[in-house]
Amino acid sequence: MIPRYLIIAVAILLAITLGMSLYLWRMPGRVKRGELSAENTQPVAPPVSGSSEQATLYVAYDDAGVLRPKLVRMPLPVGRQERAAEILRALLTLYLDKFSPHPLGPGSEIRNVYLVDPGLAVIDLNAAFADSHRSGVLVEELTVVSLVQTLSANIPGITRVKILVEGRERDTLAGHADLSNFYDVPAVTQVVAQLQNAQ
Amino acid sequence: MRWSKPRRSVAPASRRLSPGRLVPAVRSVTAAILLASTLLLHSSPEEKRISIYSNAANYSLPVLERSGDEYIGLLEVFEPLGAVSAKASGLHWKFRYYDVESDFTAGKTRARIRGSDFDLPGSFLLENGRGLVPLSCLGTLMPRILGGPVMFNQNSRRLFVGNVAVHFTAQVSKTTPPKLVMNFTAPVNPMIATEPGQLRMAFNHEAVVAPGSQALTFDSKIIPSASFQENNGAAALVVAASVPLMASFANNGRTIIVEPLPQAVAPAQTALVPRPPVSTSIASPVPGGGAPNIRRYFAVVDPSHGGDERGASLTTQLAEKDVTLALGRRLRQELEARGLATLLLRDGDSTLSLDQRASLTNSAHPVIYICVHAASQGNGVRVYAALVPAEAENRGPFLSWDAAQAAFQLLSRTAGSSLVAELQNKQIRARSLIAPLRPLNNITTAAIALEVAPLSQDVSQLNSPAYQQSIAGAIAAGVANARDKLEAGR
Repeated sequence: MIPRYLIIAVAILLAITLGMSLYLWRMPGRVKRGELSAENTQPVAPPVSGSSEQATLYVAYDDAGVLRPKLVRMPLPVGRQERAAEILRALLTLYLDKFSPHPLGPGSEIRNVYLVDPGLAVIDLNAAFADSHRSGVLVEELTVVSLVQTLSANIPGITRVKILVEGRERDTLAGHADLSNFYDVPAVTQVVAQLQNAQ
Repeated sequence: MRWSKPRRSVAPASRRLSPGRLVPAVRSVTAAILLASTLLLHSSPEEKRISIYSNAANYSLPVLERSGDEYIGLLEVFEPLGAVSAKASGLHWKFRYYDVESDFTAGKTRARIRGSDFDLPGSFLLENGRGLVPLSCLGTLMPRILGGPVMFNQNSRRLFVGNVAVHFTAQVSKTTPPKLVMNFTAPVNPMIATEPGQLRMAFNHEAVVAPGSQALTFDSKIIPSASFQENNGAAALVVAASVPLMASFANNGRTIIVEPLPQAVAPAQTALVPRPPVSTSIASPVPGGGAPNIRRYFAVVDPSHGGDERGASLTTQLAEKDVTLALGRRLRQELEARGLATLLLRDGDSTLSLDQRASLTNSAHPVIYICVHAASQGNGVRVYAALVPAEAENRGPFLSWDAAQAAFQLLSRTAGSSLVAELQNKQIRARSLIAPLRPLNNITTAAIALEVAPLSQDVSQLNSPAYQQSIAGAIAAGVANARDKLEAGR
């Protein structure tokens, strides 16, 4: 006669074997889902703790050729530099959306934002941002002014903005908008006032 | 991180304040400042310098005047060439270049170099531990210390250590228009300036030396001669011409091609110019050329992009550079038809940098500069004035290159408004904007840019002769309407 404890041990081993087989059978599906999510190149905002705050994004609309403020609520970090980067990434998320009012090329990213005293902000874009940007005076101007105005409207004390691509100076964004000079915030505010009137 | 770029300056077009507007007190202060400036200028002559060219470095040093003679600090001369040290002890000054030792004595003309006597043409001077030798001795002193050949041109104060001289040949082609082709034995990057009747290339850092003769003559009426000049440690090549010239580089900087500006030759040679230029009288004759007068332009039209730079891809087959050229040609035709002499900056598929476009425009001194762009986004015509960078500052009579447009912004916006009004009169959608768009901010006259978009979703309309003609006609009419204001504003 087979001892009872042996029967129990065999039953447990069979259950474990069955469980492992089931796990292995489902594994390929999980891996595939993981690969699919890795292919999504849209920037994902890092988790930010704290309560939501209001920010003003200056959003470009290609159809009317205008720039309009949009109030959003989002969790923001405490540090000025981190806040600046976070707000611009939120703007970029809008532009990279499927129904974007001002589409940017895939893979466009804000690499970093540096706040350099006194009053100077440096926006560092990645190469894909500039390389895949559509070419044209207005379309490039909308992008540049949208970035500069969104930054200066939300981070007090910024008077000048410089835009770099991959940490380097570049002549133009995509053949038109000048990136070789610094953007003076009061002057850009005048441009924004003009760009708020539709064509 | 480095973003700052070298500041450049551009001489402004002549501007005058109306004397009637000047308050007498302001006039007196201005006169006093002018008088003081004149006295100051006369009392401070140009600093004397020497340029030294070597395989290690090309550099320039100030020349000192001591009791009417020219002196130079010996340590400064040798420092860029290798390891040097000096030590003053009483009246003696010991100088060491690698393992070569020299001994100089203050107030004496005799020195010891490599253990042998060496006679200086003037006394050695010791000032606060700094050893000064007469400038004229460098041609013989340096070979003794360096152990190699040195060529010193004392009149121009240019010194060549070893075989570093850059030679060149110059030849005018028999093509129409003629081209002056200069081939250099090493890459060069001169500062180029155009003036009426000549193009000047200043070689401040290159060891360029004269060909056989300093005066070059060519068998061409348009480019009859060139002269090589050396002075105060610098060299310059001045090309005389009967028409405005432009220079371009090829062969990695080893070749410079000087040729007439596009459109500059034809008006001077043909009798088909419909009417005299409206803007100004004929310019002064060209020195030495005996050639026809230079034409002055009311407008410069700049078809953007060109050559390797296609601009926006409007459709899979239509590039922005082609549309801007076609539009530019029509605009020139329409402006000329209204009696406004017009220079088309690019009349072919050629590459021009933004700096070249600005330099050529500023040299032509037009009343208005119109840059043409095309886009598939939006509809109608957008008229842009410059967004002038804030950090650029004008210094005295020189304008910052990046903010050269600052004084003309009001004039540019006046021109822009006139164009928009005329386009709207013709039922063409138009909008006036400011944009960070070079080279608008580098232009020293009224400057606007047009971005022409189709009226509907059909981008191919940009290539339609009828559409281009209607845009060009409206723009030309707008410019003609603003003519009085633009001329008065200058």
